[in-house]
Amino acid sequence: MTVETLLASLHLSIPELILAVGALALLMLGVFMGDKSFRTVSWLAVALIVIAGLWMVFRVGDGQAYGGVFLSDPFTRFMKVLALIGSGVAIVMSMNNPAANHLDKPEFPVLLLLATVGMLLLISANDLIAVYLGLELMSLALYVVAAINRDSLRSTEAGLKYFVLGALSSGMLLYGMSLVYGFTGNTGFAAISAALSADTRSLGLVFGLVFVLAGLAFKISAVPFHMWTPDVYEGAPTPVTAFFAAGPKVAAMAILVRITGEAFQPIIADWRQVIVFISIASMLLGSFAAIGQRNIKRLMAYSSIGHMGYALVGLAAGTKTGVSGVVLYMTIYMIMTLGTFACIMAMKRKDGTAVENVDDLAGLSTTNPFMSVMLTALMFSMAGIPPLGGFFAKYFVFVAAMEAQLYALAVIGILSSVVGAYYYLRLVKVMWFDPATNEFARVPGILRLVYGLSGVFVIAYVLFGGPLGDAATAAAQTFF
Amino acid sequence: MTDWPILSTVTFLPLVGVVLLLLMRGDGENGRRNVLNIALLTTTVTFLLSLLIWIGFDNSNPGFQMVEKHGWLGTGIGYHLGVDGISMLFVILTTFLMPFCVLASWKSVENRLKEYMIAFLILEVVMTGVFVSLDVVLFYVFFEATLIPMFVIIGVWGGKDRVYASYKFFLYTLLGSVLMMLAIMAMYWQSGTTDITELLKFGFPAGMQTWLWIACFAAFAVKMPMWPVHTWLPDAHVQAPTAGSVILAGVMLKLGGYGMLRFSLQMFPLASDYFAPFVFTLSVIAIIYTSLVAMMQDDIKKLIAYSSVAHMGFVTMGIFAANVQGVQGAIFQMLSHGIVASALFLCVGVIYDRLHTREISAYGGLVSNMPKYAVAFMVFTMANVGLPGTSGFVGEFLTIIGVFRANTFVALFAATGVILSACYALWLYRRVIFGALDKESLKGLLDLSRREQLILYPLIILTIFFGVYPAPIFDATAASVDLLVNNYSAALQAAQNVALSVK
Repeated sequence: MTVETLLASLHLSIPELILAVGALALLMLGVFMGDKSFRTVSWLAVALIVIAGLWMVFRVGDGQAYGGVFLSDPFTRFMKVLALIGSGVAIVMSMNNPAANHLDKPEFPVLLLLATVGMLLLISANDLIAVYLGLELMSLALYVVAAINRDSLRSTEAGLKYFVLGALSSGMLLYGMSLVYGFTGNTGFAAISAALSADTRSLGLVFGLVFVLAGLAFKISAVPFHMWTPDVYEGAPTPVTAFFAAGPKVAAMAILVRITGEAFQPIIADWRQVIVFISIASMLLGSFAAIGQRNIKRLMAYSSIGHMGYALVGLAAGTKTGVSGVVLYMTIYMIMTLGTFACIMAMKRKDGTAVENVDDLAGLSTTNPFMSVMLTALMFSMAGIPPLGGFFAKYFVFVAAMEAQLYALAVIGILSSVVGAYYYLRLVKVMWFDPATNEFARVPGILRLVYGLSGVFVIAYVLFGGPLGDAATAAAQTFF
Repeated sequence: MTDWPILSTVTFLPLVGVVLLLLMRGDGENGRRNVLNIALLTTTVTFLLSLLIWIGFDNSNPGFQMVEKHGWLGTGIGYHLGVDGISMLFVILTTFLMPFCVLASWKSVENRLKEYMIAFLILEVVMTGVFVSLDVVLFYVFFEATLIPMFVIIGVWGGKDRVYASYKFFLYTLLGSVLMMLAIMAMYWQSGTTDITELLKFGFPAGMQTWLWIACFAAFAVKMPMWPVHTWLPDAHVQAPTAGSVILAGVMLKLGGYGMLRFSLQMFPLASDYFAPFVFTLSVIAIIYTSLVAMMQDDIKKLIAYSSVAHMGFVTMGIFAANVQGVQGAIFQMLSHGIVASALFLCVGVIYDRLHTREISAYGGLVSNMPKYAVAFMVFTMANVGLPGTSGFVGEFLTIIGVFRANTFVALFAATGVILSACYALWLYRRVIFGALDKESLKGLLDLSRREQLILYPLIILTIFFGVYPAPIFDATAASVDLLVNNYSAALQAAQNVALSVK
């Protein structure tokens, strides 16, 4: 590797470098200043994310780096900016009353920052080894933050569960990768694709493919690899759950799109049936299992399982419309999720105890009209009712499924969305139809800002949906 | 003035009222009056502006007028508005009924008046939007968006079982319409456009029409509602506040009929022809069965709700008779039902406000102390029955003529339905208005107040005016309906020619 190529490589990965070096510096700062530096470190972490994001948008071009294992194109940049927004917002939200969950340690933002670096590397990966490295960097940080409230039984249980199951999925992923490598002789995506186009695919490769998909399905919590989701969502401190629900899902979905859309593109018929199956299973489970939930974080866990199923509908189509549908879906999903978690964090009684049950929202429309209107908009949007953003997200993935003539998938998906509407409506019902039983404490301004922006986004989506859709299409264009 | 986007203005003007309401405080006596005044002003101005659409409408032009077209969401989804003879009058109907809804809620809505009015104004926007949109995705967005405000209206301001009714309303209609969304997507991939004007010209292959027709029919039949998917309507009507019932009966049911005219009949003529006997059967069952059910109700609103289902049976029958009389009659019947059923619900609201019960047995002998009310109620009852001289007669008569040309037996059964409707309507009238005034609770009731007169008298005038002189409506619809019927028979003829040439 000459100096020029190294410099070019570094240039393409400057945002990642900013975050990685910054995370190390912030760690030093935290160590020397002690626990009181939590706020400083958090704000600096947000600042780093903003800088990395701006750099990503304005200064990073297209190309490959580090001998082809790192890729930068419109798709990776779109997804990376999305992941950065998700991480940044989650860190900002975690600064609200951190002591309650024992989050007020400087290593917490540093770990989130490292997880974010992992996400960016994962999104940019162009090689199976790079996928694994990015994924593990992200996951290891996440295992720790899930258990960061170490005095809480539920938080440690969540961390342990996530770690054990995550290790299992990493094992499956690695095993799959080794099979793929064994049968194609390559780890680079372009080379795998070329090898698959040249030869008829062997049965061993299909095994490898299935294991790789299973490992990634675990990360996006798609059925049947979803078991950790409800427990981790419920057990982890709420700001951590918000973080889990945003960036990591985006990153894992991005790499799933990359692997299926590029490396395994020649054997679309093989992976499509796997994706169709997990998509249908996720949509159905996400709809039916959420009905009985009382805890709003568990409810959101099942809701996110369902949403991943809908996003996979677009992926199953395997067309440009489909990929752009996935990109759009993840964007809208992430913004809705962050808004909803901001509302969940705002659920705090006057005496400071946080509550997590759906019924605790009773009568919110009289006690806090603004929050209830925003949460209502978010719920209707998640249910996919027009004219809110969530409808258009569903529209574009289903339109791709219809194009690919996956009629059964589309019909099952759309019907399960009606079932899903039932539990979203329950939240609306509790907020609007039930009498108020208690009043929440004053909501911190930062949370109001987050759910306000998120609510306005889904309501006003009709006004700027065109440009956003064009951006998603441009991002999807890179595959075709 | 010609370039002014009048349709967008009329559609989105109520949002101005919403913003004003959001900015003000709604509590206290003064706040309450301000909320009512703003809502009334917004709806009235919207109605007056919408009259400009009728004034500027060219009756001889069968195509779409006052078209506005802009790019919107990419992949061909455009912001495309326009009206023709079929949709124009529904816009007027919507904007016309809204001020009455505000007036009807003047006293009866006690808490959260501001939110209530906001919900109604948003509802007005989306309902108008359904009738003016010329892009199927835009149409679907508006069509479905009606669910959100209506869900809240029933659930927050409704009666005792409001939660059950609102859920049933929401999920039932959602289930019906999601299938239409898939149909819209399939149409998009087949024809490459979501523009209604293009889709109307695009001939879908016969095999595909069947599936598309079924998917769309599921949405419209639930919305209409047709037997046997009508069961959400009585619940929703009974639990909804008066103004909610007015909008449900007056406008929302027409979304289904309008959709059938615009989509089922015009885009899928072969499938419509194929399924016409099926629709006739459902319509006849609806007319006879729901009339019988209506007769047995103890709740006034429920009775009127079932009578609405019966009247919608005439509409579907007329639409799928697919001749000029049938389609004209169906449109007229929808407009007339929009006025008459709304008025009946307003009448129920008048006595409900006084006594807070809708049980028929709680009333009787109201003619003695509420003579004006008795007259108003009588006019609307007669119109509901379809007495000549009221608007109800024209629509029923034309749809029966239309269907008589298509199928004599269907017309025979439908005509029996008219007799049954006379049975339940007159019996209701007798039980509520006539008889001895011997119930203590009724003796102190006052006759119509000025506000209530203001609500009911214009509707009486319109009911009789259109019963005697329906020409303004037929003039507006004639050209578009002729075009529709001609295209329909041309499409059938073409398919037949193809079939013959194959032999």
